[in-house]
Amino acid sequence: MKTKGYPSARYFPVGETALVVEFGDEISPEINSKVIALNEKLSKAEIYEIEELVPTYRSLLIRYNPLKTTYTQLCLRIKTIEKTLIKTPVETKGRKIAIPVIYGGEYGPDLAYVAQYHKLGEEQVIALHSKREYRVYMIGFVAGFPYLGEVPDEIATPRLEKPRLKVPAGSVGIAEKQTGIYPCEAPGGWQIIGRTPIRLFDPQQQPPALLKPGDIVKFKPISEEEFKTIQNSTQKEPFTFLR
Amino acid sequence: MKVFQVLKSGFLTTVQDLGRYGYLKYGVPISGAMDTFSLVTANFLVKNDPGAACLEATLIGPELQALTDTQIAITGGGASPKINGQNVPMWRTLKVQEGDVISSEKIKSGCRFYLSIRGGINTPLILGSRSTYVRGKFGGINGRPLKAGDIIECFDVHPVEKAYALPEELTPEFKSPFTAHVVLGPQKSMFTKEGIKIFLSSQYKVTIEADRMGYRLEGPKIEHKANVEIVSDAILPGAVQVPKNGQPILIMRDAQTTGGYPKIATVIAPDVSLLGQAKPDDIIVFSEISLRQARERFIKFYKLLSSVRKILK
Repeated sequence: MKTKGYPSARYFPVGETALVVEFGDEISPEINSKVIALNEKLSKAEIYEIEELVPTYRSLLIRYNPLKTTYTQLCLRIKTIEKTLIKTPVETKGRKIAIPVIYGGEYGPDLAYVAQYHKLGEEQVIALHSKREYRVYMIGFVAGFPYLGEVPDEIATPRLEKPRLKVPAGSVGIAEKQTGIYPCEAPGGWQIIGRTPIRLFDPQQQPPALLKPGDIVKFKPISEEEFKTIQNSTQKEPFTFLR
Repeated sequence: MKVFQVLKSGFLTTVQDLGRYGYLKYGVPISGAMDTFSLVTANFLVKNDPGAACLEATLIGPELQALTDTQIAITGGGASPKINGQNVPMWRTLKVQEGDVISSEKIKSGCRFYLSIRGGINTPLILGSRSTYVRGKFGGINGRPLKAGDIIECFDVHPVEKAYALPEELTPEFKSPFTAHVVLGPQKSMFTKEGIKIFLSSQYKVTIEADRMGYRLEGPKIEHKANVEIVSDAILPGAVQVPKNGQPILIMRDAQTTGGYPKIATVIAPDVSLLGQAKPDDIIVFSEISLRQARERFIKFYKLLSSVRKILK
């Protein structure tokens, strides 16, 4: 298989307080694995000049304290670590998490459109969406929103032409080849095909988000009855269903 | 300790401290005071820790009634503050007695003012910060702006012995046009030479779409090369994104943590603090500096805050 991404990582300054290490400019598990591997290495290295790491699809943002180091010094330090990473690739086996979803109806107002767009039945869309394991590429947009990929081509669908002002919390959507879950009510243009009763974000928890980059997610179709049962049981202890 | 009752909320008044750090990877923005200098100075004036939580008022300030004797300071945008209708100075320690009413006029210079209270505002720490993140509905008072009837609680500490004032030469002026020093990138290579030249030589006006998340700016169109989108990556306050229409968006403290528009430049941290005082119709001019100069300016800003602390000791 062809290796994706740049031949070597690219470093760019982000103002005087951060830098970004880019591994490629496309969505691919290979590139994202490198991001996550560097993220883990740097977290463990406990470099005191580094204040925060933000892994995304294809790059790692590193926020640092400019009182303690310079861009050039820090790049050198990171490059040494990044080199070891290429020689001995870090195994980033994410956790596997099943997310229960009720598809269609009031919970998934765009399921019919997605089916019609691809000349499929709604059941086929559900089957295609829930059969695959998705990688959590990054968390962004709103607190706790996981960007998952990639959905089968048969159900990849463009965003809504006019975004909704309010998408309910728990909504599961498709945007091109990405799929994602709205942790809270937010405006959004993704095609909403279902809803999960579980909570993905709770600022009272540590960590506050259920998922993290590198996790593997599989959607599990549930009935309305199951939806309500899970919803009630996750009210108090949001993340307990994990164990 | 109950210190104030809110009589009027003002246009948008929130509890803010220095911000919430370490949670960008979970999609949680940094939040915190839009104008760091004014928040920190307001705290020094009442001998609080630099990062104690204060009120951040926007354009039209709140009306507060004191429930106990305390000390406050008001800094930031010029708002002609008053105690019981009498004008009081900004950038100074002010004594407040039980029953006093604090009010202000519509902000004339700048966009936001900060009201510190001796001891600091005591709301629950959420992910290490008391800052209100309105969109996420957490932090501050129940994750929302102040409303009439709210009670502001503070940590109970002994009063400050004397009154302090920030020397005039250190008092910032918030006047349009604002100069924002930038380091180009991280996606400068996605713009044409002409596009970058236009960005650095034009005046950009803050539009009405300006809030704690960011400011949409209006001015000469900035030209991309071929692509107008990138695979989403992380964004920090100060990032200048340019979407397809060529009109820049300045990212501020409550913005989403990832985005798919290329970033032509990043405003240095001290100037992000300054731009926290820009309001609709104000003009921003972007000026390129080297990374070395950017770091020097950061260190200078840090030293300035330290010297403010020493002066107010």
